[in-house]
Amino acid sequence: MKITEDMVDYISQLSRLQLPAEEKTAMTAELERIVAYMDVLNRLDTAGVEPLSHIFPLKNVLRADEVTPSYDRAALLAGSPAGDRETFLVPKAVE
Amino acid sequence: MELHKLTALELAQKLRTGEVTQQEAVDTALSRIHTAQPDNNAFVTVDGPAFPAADLSASPLAGVPMAYKDNICTKGVPTTCASKILEGFVPCYDATVVERLSAAGAVSLGKLNMDEFAMGSTSETSYAGPVKNPWDLTRAAGGSSGGAAAAVAAGEVWYAIGSDTGGSIRQPAAYCGVTGMKPTYGTVSRYGLIAYASSLDQMGPIARSAADCAAVLDVIQGKDPRDGTSLDAPAGGLLASLTGNLKGKKIGLPIDCFGEGLDPEVRAAVLAAAEVLKACGATVEEFALPVMEYVVPTYYIIAAAEASSNLSRFDGVKYGWRAESYETLGDLYTMTRTQGFGTEVKRRILLGTFVLSSGYYDAYYKKALQVKAVIKKAFDEAFTKYDLLLTPVAPTTAPKLGESLSDPLKMYLSDIYTVSVNLAGLPALSMPCGFDGKGMPIGAQLIGPPLGDGMVLNGAHAFQQETDWHKKAPKGGDAQ
Repeated sequence: MKITEDMVDYISQLSRLQLPAEEKTAMTAELERIVAYMDVLNRLDTAGVEPLSHIFPLKNVLRADEVTPSYDRAALLAGSPAGDRETFLVPKAVE
Repeated sequence: MELHKLTALELAQKLRTGEVTQQEAVDTALSRIHTAQPDNNAFVTVDGPAFPAADLSASPLAGVPMAYKDNICTKGVPTTCASKILEGFVPCYDATVVERLSAAGAVSLGKLNMDEFAMGSTSETSYAGPVKNPWDLTRAAGGSSGGAAAAVAAGEVWYAIGSDTGGSIRQPAAYCGVTGMKPTYGTVSRYGLIAYASSLDQMGPIARSAADCAAVLDVIQGKDPRDGTSLDAPAGGLLASLTGNLKGKKIGLPIDCFGEGLDPEVRAAVLAAAEVLKACGATVEEFALPVMEYVVPTYYIIAAAEASSNLSRFDGVKYGWRAESYETLGDLYTMTRTQGFGTEVKRRILLGTFVLSSGYYDAYYKKALQVKAVIKKAFDEAFTKYDLLLTPVAPTTAPKLGESLSDPLKMYLSDIYTVSVNLAGLPALSMPCGFDGKGMPIGAQLIGPPLGDGMVLNGAHAFQQETDWHKKAPKGGDAQ
């Protein structure tokens, strides 16, 4: 299938990425080659095959509803590039 | 005595008898790291050892210096995934494997280099610079756990913990002439492993022998309530169960793994390994596994899809690095991600976003999950006839640095023999089985049925009782 620069713009926007023009041209060509190769899968008839997302039949993994200690808030916030001791700091998002 | 030539279990034994002190072991490792690091760049961070000294009765590996791949969270020690976007991130907690190994007396000396976010097959996409192969510094160490394999091969640490999403433990182990094991999916907790493709990711050991790998797995396997995919399966006892006897075992050789694209020297070395396994009592038989044709595209669709979702958490808000200039919140996300991720990571995020996007989901992602079901069924059928499968680890030995980066699709295709194991959740091990004409190590892969980790290790242990490929070390690592 044909991958266009418009498609790369669209998936970049969904991915919160912005490729510079020359990088976008190269990426478009590479993605087209990779996606073309993936079309090999169409040679295999999978009609009626149930998609397998998890290799072992694990379902409804539950635990007892007990309160256990969590990590310290200040320790978690210390890993953030911008924060005070109570919250993450970001540019104003609501007018 | 040259301590760095010992296996981890041999060193631990000498520590227990008092023949070697913990300080001597640590000093040897740090001195070798100091010498090798400028050449092979195996480490991202050298840190440690922690005090007090390990309790030598804690496990058969207690007191032995080791290191972790840099995508495994270590409390108080920077964890970067070899990415600019995690620059400055210092976790406030240990991964479960780190907790378990620390309690077992492991002595960590730091964090090992890798492909950025474990995405790559040569450890060249690292923000910290490429890892170089200790056997030939102009060649790649493999990836993505290239630092782990190089550090063990160069005698810098006695074992390392890597992660394997599509071959990232086994392939660098093969390229560097060491032993590496990806255990059955769900047997080692992924808590604290920075996720690439959660349904495929699994941590495991890289070491100098199958017995060392068994001893590490005895510590790190087992149910963990903090990982929802952790299996409630029996754990421990692998080391004690190694007999080296393969009498009555049937080993299958999938002919589809020995055809076009396989280097003749690699083929000859793996077929010679089959003869050794026969001499250990096993019967070896060829069989057809035609699904091999579909494993690479299936793997890259599923892995990229999961990566695009997992890596959405890196937004410049919660951890790591943030772009310097931005105006709105949207800008902050986009600028941080655009400048913080390398090209291969962006490629996989874009590919994953594409295969999950409206209009393409059924044709690519859903189709890949259906083919995954077909692949798993093919392996299930193979294991009704065979106890183990034997294949090459990679089609060639280690490529020259720079060769793979220029052609991403070619690099993806080189993962053909390893990715099926992750898709089917199976245990598999890479063991050294010879050298090519250029003097580079060749690896053979043993694959077992789900929870057949002990069988895989015993197959490799039997092979290593009869051969000494795993004892060879590169110059500077002092070849035997």
